[in-house]
Amino acid sequence: MSDKPKGKLAFYWAASCGGCDISLLAIDEKILDVAEAFDIVLWPCATDGKVRDVEKMADGEIDVCLFNGGIRTSEQEYMAQLLRRKSKVLVAFGSCACEGCIPGLTNMNTRQEVFDTVYKEGSATMPENPQDVRPQPATKMPEGTLHLPIFYDTLRTLDQTVEVDYYLPGCPPEAENIWKAIVAILENKLPPKGSVIGLNTTVCDECPRTRGEKKIKKFYRTWEIIPDEETCLLEQGLLCCGIATRAGCGALCPAVNSPCIGCHGANDGVADFGARLMSALASVIDSDDPDEIRRIIEEGIPDPVGNFYRFSLAASQLRRKKKVVRG
Amino acid sequence: MSNENFDPIIVGFFCNWCSYRAADLAGSARIKYPSNVRIIRVMCSGRVDPTFVLKALADGADGVMIAGCHPGECHYINQNYKAMRRYEMLKHTLSAMGVEPERVRLVWASAAEGQQLAEAIDELVGDVRRLGPLHWLQNWDENGQRQKALDDIVKEHEEAMEVSA
Repeated sequence: MSDKPKGKLAFYWAASCGGCDISLLAIDEKILDVAEAFDIVLWPCATDGKVRDVEKMADGEIDVCLFNGGIRTSEQEYMAQLLRRKSKVLVAFGSCACEGCIPGLTNMNTRQEVFDTVYKEGSATMPENPQDVRPQPATKMPEGTLHLPIFYDTLRTLDQTVEVDYYLPGCPPEAENIWKAIVAILENKLPPKGSVIGLNTTVCDECPRTRGEKKIKKFYRTWEIIPDEETCLLEQGLLCCGIATRAGCGALCPAVNSPCIGCHGANDGVADFGARLMSALASVIDSDDPDEIRRIIEEGIPDPVGNFYRFSLAASQLRRKKKVVRG
Repeated sequence: MSNENFDPIIVGFFCNWCSYRAADLAGSARIKYPSNVRIIRVMCSGRVDPTFVLKALADGADGVMIAGCHPGECHYINQNYKAMRRYEMLKHTLSAMGVEPERVRLVWASAAEGQQLAEAIDELVGDVRRLGPLHWLQNWDENGQRQKALDDIVKEHEEAMEVSA
């Protein structure tokens, strides 16, 4: 590796929690190999690269950009477009960039509702705001006009914003999968463009629990029962997303007696993770009576969007809750 | 939001063994039903993945009808029961997403029930017409502010570049 000229790497964050930035460090001392192979030109969380320096680069000058986070503001969209232009390979890194993840659940609300919650009802960052001051896209000051990015009603995934070359799923991606992806990039052994770097099977395949025929009369929430450690969690009535979720994590959550929550998203060819999960779960309900089926679903799954689309609402067919038209 | 002039687009997923033939029968018996429904023949109501319904709604349909054999009469033993459970699951999720559950309907119609199917289509079209258009793509719109905000950033950064140079 060392005799080759160094490549250029960027690691950027948009609407995300910062966990992906930490996860890159979870590859431990191998980060030194990354630093040996690449100059890190931009990584706001850890290095001092400036956006202005990226703007001055030629198009395609960055070899690889790992982009985490969804697109929620105009500034994030600008950065996505900028980094797309400047990068040869753009990787949607982590669940937020791939499918919206937890920040994407704000698509159940509008900008107005989010701002009301933060600035009116009070929050940790804004406990009091008697004058109801709201962020303004432009503010005139004696020195000139100051701009703030605008906040979108709907969070978009990276590939709804710019063209994406590869996807690395997970919330956050596991260290060994990150390392596999980096090795694939270094050795130029990448799959065809548009691929997810990872496995194409479900978490059930990696789960060591014993599976029998599934027949469910009642769904339980995690706090209602202590599941037995051998049997399939879904058979015990817990809403385990493993049946619809891409493998690659080694069934981390079921291994500690907790149902899969679906952070790796859907497998290849699935257009809507939640729909696939609904389809699979509905098949195991043990009733042929519409009223009983309705009762089992309504009592057992009080928050269907939170359960079926916890990580993938922004990437789903409908993308968001219907906006109420005013006036 | 009733609109008598609004012509809803309804996508129908009809089972090959019963409802599709019921629609055929309605045709040959000259039973009238609204032309709003675009029928897609599937091999069984159990073939209808909730994705199909969501995609139809996201891509511009105002309503969806899934039609299959009566319970107990499935050509594939019991797949219409699965359709029934998926339908309940889907309706539960659609309500949470702000879609009126009346827009999606599961109907049982045997091959001999052309009249009943025509009536069910008539009823769905009427209900959707009362609800008004769905226009799902408009939900993703940022009211035109998005492009202006992006242009502003580009302009501001270009100005900043000029000062430092």
